[in-house]
Amino acid sequence: MKKKKYNWEPYVFIAPNFIGFIIFIVLPVLFSLVISFTDFNIFNGFKGTSFVGLQNFIEMLKDEWFWAALKNNVIYTVVTIPVTMILSIVVATILNKAVYCKTLIRVMIFVPYIASVVAISVVWSMLFNPSQGIINQILMVLGVNNPPQWLGSMQWALPAIMIVGIWMTLGYNVIIYMSGLQSIPSSLYEAAQIDGASKLQEFRYITVPMLRNTTFFLLVTSIIASFQVFGTVNIMTNGGPGNSTTVLAHYIYVAGFRYYKMGYAASMAWFLLIAILIVTLLQWKVQKKHESNF
Amino acid sequence: MKTKLKISKQNVTKAILTLIMLVLAIIVVFPFMWMIVCSFKPLNELYEFPPRFISPNMSLDNYKEVLFGQNPSFLVYFKNTFITTIVCVIGTVFTSSMAGYAFAKLQFKGRDQLFLLYLVTMMVPFQVLMVPQFIQFKYMGIFNTLWALILPRLFTPLGTFLMRQFFLDVPTEIIEAGRVDGLGEFGIFYKLILPLAKPAVSTVVILNFVWRWNEYEAPLIFLTDSKLFTLTVGLTNFIDEAGFAMDHLIMAGTTIALIPMVVVFILGQKYFIEGLTSGSVKG
Repeated sequence: MKKKKYNWEPYVFIAPNFIGFIIFIVLPVLFSLVISFTDFNIFNGFKGTSFVGLQNFIEMLKDEWFWAALKNNVIYTVVTIPVTMILSIVVATILNKAVYCKTLIRVMIFVPYIASVVAISVVWSMLFNPSQGIINQILMVLGVNNPPQWLGSMQWALPAIMIVGIWMTLGYNVIIYMSGLQSIPSSLYEAAQIDGASKLQEFRYITVPMLRNTTFFLLVTSIIASFQVFGTVNIMTNGGPGNSTTVLAHYIYVAGFRYYKMGYAASMAWFLLIAILIVTLLQWKVQKKHESNF
Repeated sequence: MKTKLKISKQNVTKAILTLIMLVLAIIVVFPFMWMIVCSFKPLNELYEFPPRFISPNMSLDNYKEVLFGQNPSFLVYFKNTFITTIVCVIGTVFTSSMAGYAFAKLQFKGRDQLFLLYLVTMMVPFQVLMVPQFIQFKYMGIFNTLWALILPRLFTPLGTFLMRQFFLDVPTEIIEAGRVDGLGEFGIFYKLILPLAKPAVSTVVILNFVWRWNEYEAPLIFLTDSKLFTLTVGLTNFIDEAGFAMDHLIMAGTTIALIPMVVVFILGQKYFIEGLTSGSVKG
């Protein structure tokens, strides 16, 4: 059959989406790059704005708050992601095979995903209340005499934010892992049983390696998401006490919309974008290499 | 006899594992359960110990106060959130199903390069967009209107991506049969393709519904007038003004904001989970 030649129809199909895409994504991205080389702020407008070259990026390297934000963000990423992923691969494996009321439990674990970050932060702030919150009251009953001050403490505020982060993303990770488990052929487990493998060995030598692609996917999307964590920090601690919980997305927001240093905020946002692109490219390369090994 | 024992031993392990998982699940939902309990309690009972799940003083007072006693009322936030969400969802379905179809099934110049550009922009974080959009919206005159939330969300690269993935699997014979029957390109799309795409459309609808409903950073930046606030910023605004001394009212407001999500999730659970997983498995 002769291939149908299209004239204008495909462009009409694309147009509504494409126009919005150009106006609200492509233009702002380019615009943002331009702004990052200026000292733009909203009070001066464009007339009072001049190009400052790389000055924003140099300021960034000297800015102690930027480094604090980066450090906190790296800690957040390095702690929450492994914990969440290990926990969720175990939970998914158990839920998949070995429990009653699988659907109910899965739905329960997933609930945080549909709640707004505002609701989550508000409720957890109440639970973390140092003197009257449930968490510390339980800790005191358990014999901890000086429970952490949580959100009010330089040491414990970031861990508190991380606990909420893990709690929030667990359900999503479990669901993705459970769908990955569906694609493992059951013949592999049957063969292992014939060979007399224990459940732990099955998990170690079949489940974990066979879920490699799912793990890759989750790793990359989680890293990207963790570099954008904002709501919990902004609501629960506002970056404090001091700068102990400020993270990249939060500091970019503060710089741009509390200090109105929009040029500076844009350059930090570009730093974030480049970090995200590097992570994605690295993942892509590693995954390609792995695939060629098999 | 021996096999019977073995089976029951297996059942015991299963029961123990179920119990452990149930405990975990209860820990996960506990903050929400506690939120709901607190939303019915008077303030002085929120922080008592041991915590009580049932108290004789529970009432609907907090809800009445939040819905009718505040200015602006939560009903206003509710309305704003609802309008924004509905318009965004309908718009997204419209633009992404059409574009997704073109990317999957129609030939045109530069198609694959353009699609690659869409994929790349899916990685652009909101932090990059918020400053230029803020300036853009000021100049467009839509800053501090609901349009600032709606217009940029009327199409989503991710929605386009999901729809394209779905349309790729639709057999091309259907399109050719439509042509034989004398349907135009739009007739084929509207009468033949779109009805087939119900599952994909449901997924896009539900995911976008939840994301838009819970959107926090965009309304925080693009809205300044509290009469235009959505539920998320309305709640934080309420906290800023009242402080945590109003925890009982905050809990009622939070619960109200969560109810529509729970309903949507229960109704569309299947599509929800399919949508979340299709990106990972196929992508």
